[in-house]
Amino acid sequence: MRAPLRLVDLPRGSRATVESLRADAGLQQRLEALGLRPGQAVQMLRRGWWAGPLHIRVGMTELMLRRRDAARVSLVA
Amino acid sequence: MSRVAVVGMPNTGKSTLFNRLTGSHAQIGNWPGLTVDLLQAELSLSGRTLQLIDLPGIYDLRGHTDDEAVVRRFLESTPVDLVLVVLNASQVDRQLRLALQVQQLGLPAVVLLNMGDEARRFGVSINTEALSAELGLPVLLGSAKYRMGLAALQAAVLRSLEGQAAGSAPQPVQRLEERLRAVDGELEATQAQLVATAVQLPKQWHDRWTRRLDAVLLHPLLGLPLFLLAMALMFQAIYAIGVPVQEWLGTLLERFGSGVLKPLLTPLPSFLQGFLLEGVYQGIGTVTAFLPVIALFFLAMGVVEDSGYLSRAAFLMDALMERLGLDGRSFVLSLMGFGCNVPAILGTRVMRDRSLRLLTMLVIPFSLCSARLNVFLFMAAVFFPPRQGGLVIFALYVISFLAAILTALLFRGRFSSNEPLVLELPPYRLPTLGQTLGRAWAEVRHFWFWSRRFIIFGVVAVWLLNNLPLGVEPASQLSLAGRIGSLLQPLLSPIGINAKLAVALLFGFIAKEIVLGGLAVIYSQVDPAALSRAIASDVSWIQAVSFMLFTLLYTPCLSTVAVIRSESKRLDFTLLSVAWSLLLAWLVSFLFFQTASRIS
Repeated sequence: MRAPLRLVDLPRGSRATVESLRADAGLQQRLEALGLRPGQAVQMLRRGWWAGPLHIRVGMTELMLRRRDAARVSLVA
Repeated sequence: MSRVAVVGMPNTGKSTLFNRLTGSHAQIGNWPGLTVDLLQAELSLSGRTLQLIDLPGIYDLRGHTDDEAVVRRFLESTPVDLVLVVLNASQVDRQLRLALQVQQLGLPAVVLLNMGDEARRFGVSINTEALSAELGLPVLLGSAKYRMGLAALQAAVLRSLEGQAAGSAPQPVQRLEERLRAVDGELEATQAQLVATAVQLPKQWHDRWTRRLDAVLLHPLLGLPLFLLAMALMFQAIYAIGVPVQEWLGTLLERFGSGVLKPLLTPLPSFLQGFLLEGVYQGIGTVTAFLPVIALFFLAMGVVEDSGYLSRAAFLMDALMERLGLDGRSFVLSLMGFGCNVPAILGTRVMRDRSLRLLTMLVIPFSLCSARLNVFLFMAAVFFPPRQGGLVIFALYVISFLAAILTALLFRGRFSSNEPLVLELPPYRLPTLGQTLGRAWAEVRHFWFWSRRFIIFGVVAVWLLNNLPLGVEPASQLSLAGRIGSLLQPLLSPIGINAKLAVALLFGFIAKEIVLGGLAVIYSQVDPAALSRAIASDVSWIQAVSFMLFTLLYTPCLSTVAVIRSESKRLDFTLLSVAWSLLLAWLVSFLFFQTASRIS
C-alpha cells in the first residue's frame, strides 16, 4: 500500500486537496486560520532552496511554511 | 466618550485604517492589566468623541500567541462600546471567522472589508448586504489605503453607537474563553455557509504581477543575490541623499547657535551660558542633524515592508536561519533592527515559542542601528578618505551580521525550539506616497519620543561631568569625567580606548545618540570640522576603529535593555544579553587593536 500523500511531498506546480491535519493545537489553529483545512484545494508554487520553506496557495491566500510543518498535512489527489 | 477597539488579522491594513481615521494624533497608551502599550487616538465625529484603540493583529481570539492573549485580556478588562473588525476583503473566505467570534461575544461591532481595490482586481465579489443580513452586523467594503468607503464607515460606526440603548454602560466581556469554545466547532461550517451565500471567488487566480515578480525575486539562484543587492542599493541611496542633508542641517544649526543664541545668552553667568549652549543646545543639535538619515531609513524600510518584499526575505533566508536555530521572522526583525533595535525587539511578540523569542532578542541588539551609524559616519569621515570610509562602514555591517550569527550559533543549544513557521506571503503592493510618508513620520516621531529623554539627560550629564567640580578645566584629568576615564583605563587601554573615548562609551550605554554630542562636549569643539581635527590629533586610526567596533557590539542603549527586560520578563536573561554583548565587544576590539598595532 502506498504511503498517504503529504503536503511536503507535493511536487512543484501540482494541486491536491487537504485531507486532514495532524498537528498540535497551536499549529492546527494557525493553519486553519490561514485557510489550510480539510477539503481545501492547495497548490505548490515553489520549494525553497537548501531544504528551505515551501510556497503554497490555499484559497485566496499564499503561504510559506516549513517542510517539517507541511509533513503534518495529508492530502488526497 | 465612546471607546472603539480595532480588531483584525495581520496583513489586513488595520494600522493604515487606524491612521486614516485618526490622522497623526495617535499616542502610546498604557492599559491597566496589559504588559504592552497600545496605540490610541481620539477623534470627534459629528460632535461625538470617540477613542480608537488599535489592538495587535491576531488570527484567532482563542489563539496561543502573546498578541492574542493581549487582545483577550483587553476585552476581558476594558468595557468597549464598539468593536471595529477589519478583514482583508479578498480573503473573506477564511477571515470571516474572526468577525464570527466577535459576534459570538455579543459585542456591538462593525465589519470593514478592507483592501476592496485588491479584491476587485483579483475577481472576488462580495454581496455586503447579504453578508450583513446573515451576520446581523453592519458590513462595509472599502479601502483605507485609497480612502474609499471611509465616510460610510464613520457613518456606520456612529449609527451603531447611537443605536445602543441609552444608559446601558458597556461591560467587559465575561467568560470569554468559555463562550468562544462553545461555537468553535461550528465556526468553519458557519463561515463556509456565509461565503457560499455572499461571496463569489474567482475560478482562476488573477494576480499575474505577483506571479511574475515572484518567479524572479524568489528564484532559487537569483533570489538571494537580488535581495542582497536591493539592500545594498537601499543603504547606499540613504547615505547618498541623507549625508549631504545632514551636513547642511548641521551647519544651519551651528550658525543659529553662534549667531542668534550666543548673543542672547551673554547676560547669563558663564557657567550657565556654557551649560545651555555647549551642553543642551549642542547636544540636541548634533542629534537633530541626524534625523534626516533616520527618516530616510524608515521611509525605505516602510516601502520594503508595505510592498510585500519583506515577507519574501523571510522566505529566502529561512533555510539559513533554521540552521542557526532561528527562523525567517528573526531575520526580518534583525533587518528592522538596523533602523532601531527597540521596535524590532517588540516585534518578537509574533513568536509563540519562548526559546525562539529569547534567542531572537539576544541577536537583534547586534543589528547596526541608525544611532550607531551616526557615530560611524562621523568617525569614518574623520579618519578615512570617502572611498575607504565607505568600506569601513560596509565592514562594520558585515561584522554586525557575523556577531549575530556567532551569537545564534553559541546560544541555540540553550534556547532550542521547534516552533512551526507558517507565514502569509501577501500579493505585491504599490505603497502610496501618503501612506509611506505617514508611516516614516510616525516612526521618526516614535524614535524621537523614545530617545529625547535619554539624549537630553545624557548630554547634560556629560557636560556636567566634564565641568564639575566647579572651576576645573573642562574635560581635564581633574574633572569628574577625567577621573572616571582614568579609573577605567586598566580595562580599556588594552583595546586602545583612552580616557576621553571611555567617557563617550560610558554615555553611549544610555544611548548611542549621545556619543557624538558627548564627544563634542568632551573635546569642547562646537564646529563639526574642528571636532574632527581635535579627535584626529588625539587618537590614531587604529584606536578609532577599535572604538567603532566596541560601539557596534556593546549594549545598544538603555531603551533596548529596558524592552528586553519588559518583553522577556526575566532579569537573568537581560543581564546575560548585556554581559555577552560587553564581552564580545571587548574581545573583538582587543583582537583588532592588538593585531593592528603589532602590524603597523
